[in-house]
Amino acid sequence: MSPATLFDKLWDRHLVTTNDEGLDLIHIDRSLLTDLSGTIGLEEMEQDDSAVACPGLHAAMPDHVIPTGSEDTPQQAKLRARFVVNLDRLSKQTGIRHFARGSGRQGIVHVVGLEQGFTLPGTTLVCGDSHTSTHGAVGALAWGIGSTEVKHVLATQTLWMKRPKRARVWLDGTLQRGVFSKDLILWLIGRLGADYGREHAVEFTGPVIEALSVEARASVCNLGVEMGARFALIAPDDTTFRYLAGRTYAPEPALWEAALEDWRRLKTDPGAQFDKEIYLDASEVTPQITWGISPEQVTNLGGAVPLSGADDGALDYMGLAPGQSLEGLPVDYVFIGSCANSRIEDLRLVADIVRGKRVAERVTAWVVPGSEAVKRAAEDEGLAKIFLAAGFQWREPGCSMCNAVNGDLVAPGKRAVSTSNRNFVGRQGPNARTHLASPATAAACALAGEIRLSQE
Amino acid sequence: MKAFITHKGIAAPLPLDNIDTDVIIPMGPLMMTPRGELGKKAFMPLRYREDGSEAPEFVLNQAPYQRASILVAGRNFGCGSSREGAVHALEGFGIRIVIAPSFGDIFFGNCIKNGVLPVILEDAAHDSALQAAGITRGEAFFKVSLPDQIVTLPDGTCLPFDFDPGHKVRLLEGMDEIALTEQYRQDVLDYQEKDRRDRPWIWAIEHMA
Ligand code: SF4
Repeated sequence: MSPATLFDKLWDRHLVTTNDEGLDLIHIDRSLLTDLSGTIGLEEMEQDDSAVACPGLHAAMPDHVIPTGSEDTPQQAKLRARFVVNLDRLSKQTGIRHFARGSGRQGIVHVVGLEQGFTLPGTTLVCGDSHTSTHGAVGALAWGIGSTEVKHVLATQTLWMKRPKRARVWLDGTLQRGVFSKDLILWLIGRLGADYGREHAVEFTGPVIEALSVEARASVCNLGVEMGARFALIAPDDTTFRYLAGRTYAPEPALWEAALEDWRRLKTDPGAQFDKEIYLDASEVTPQITWGISPEQVTNLGGAVPLSGADDGALDYMGLAPGQSLEGLPVDYVFIGSCANSRIEDLRLVADIVRGKRVAERVTAWVVPGSEAVKRAAEDEGLAKIFLAAGFQWREPGCSMCNAVNGDLVAPGKRAVSTSNRNFVGRQGPNARTHLASPATAAACALAGEIRLSQE
Repeated sequence: MKAFITHKGIAAPLPLDNIDTDVIIPMGPLMMTPRGELGKKAFMPLRYREDGSEAPEFVLNQAPYQRASILVAGRNFGCGSSREGAVHALEGFGIRIVIAPSFGDIFFGNCIKNGVLPVILEDAAHDSALQAAGITRGEAFFKVSLPDQIVTLPDGTCLPFDFDPGHKVRLLEGMDEIALTEQYRQDVLDYQEKDRRDRPWIWAIEHMA
């Protein structure tokens, strides 16, 4: 057999058939249903009186819309009644497992899927959410879909797809101390552009990736879609297998060895061909922060807005001038959360930085754990106490200020440093100004009350 | 899914790169607006000022582009969130075709599902389309034929474009995909039966809560 890429191995294994026009019918092993696209998909199924083909292969949970505070505003109550309640009702009706708030398993789909072992190496996994690429962190072929496709998966457990091209990003060297996987991926997006991965499945590989934990890999794959890659992939290895062992939906002991044997084959063969490939030395990466309204508008430690060529619309929206240094810009909000960075390792890191210190007076600072499991772990480890003592709010799990449709938002014109993945116009609230950064940088900015990129 | 064959209409230039689906339709309004009325909310952050009045500098607020059915956009159009509402909002405004050098992958797929034609024109061809959209000020129509895969500019210039044959059939025929897939039901069942033997751990979760 000719050498194959990891992507092709995964694709071919799930190929049911190919039609006359060259579209592939791909079997879907796992699907995640959010309280937005998932609810909408299930509602449409109900309207059409369609049956769910394989209810046992889905998991539903509220994340996007569910509020993260202790009481609902009237607006939040209205959204909850439509989206959160309906997801619960329709999941029960169709026999789909549902992780309600309080179940101990609720959280952001891309945090929960991995931590519950629902996402496994070699699975195809889809969700009506673009950051489904996150699940590539354990060697799953995972991609975001629209709501028509959500319905198609519910009804048939398959999708018609055009085979994408393959790209490989090879990262050599070692990350410097104080530089995190979030910095790495922001740096990559800055260098390669927000559409580098368009029409491609992108495999991230090399010593830098191998050295990362599964959670740190998840941040890389999460923002893979911000460089245009609908599919982001990292080959599973011993780090992955150790991470998965014993998780709720991971193979039980009787099946574990057979699964491992299968998973160990999930890697790109030497000599396999990619449609494009790039080798980079990541030793030069320093802490990154975005200045504009696309994740590709990013700069590094001590950095500034470009002197020329910066897009005027972006500068105007962000209230910045060409050549302006970001260092020292007053910050109004710090948001630590979202499927990019709300896992336990992220929270441990933040706790280390803010322990015994105080958030600057002017800053509204939140920590929103990615899931109930993360929340419980952080409370057990004493991290929550550290956050509260430092002046952070400690909230219930959900997407929160990442999408600002659940009542959690940055006030108009205010500046936020956020560990989320999108700095788009209006993303964190109308006219909110978002700077994306790692949890370490966000924590440092919260303490300083201004943008401060430190590598300590 | 609606069928798409040929179309004639006013083309509006919107030469910004990385227009994301949060800009095409912000999530807040998307959740609060019935699908049939989403057109009014399309491009909200660019189209309206804070006080709700129209921003005169935005191209789709200018005559004759308020009647545009074709958009000539910049690189990576429709990147970001997977929300299909972005396509519904464009449709609601009356846009049937988007011409751009590149598209966000998920948005591209969502267009196909909804009978909106995403046309990729690169470099020189894209420049001429953009220019023509700006110069004619909508006085003359663009023509787009999917069967021939040609965009015809008002001055008669023909710009051919590539289009995946699989996607083309879907757009031309406007078929119901789920019904179509039902024809392959036995293939899917056969696949699953074999996979249950090969990879039992994939299926072991079926009866777990
Ligand atoms: S945290 Fe943000 S990016 Fe992640 S799923 Fe929620 S809304 Fe999407």
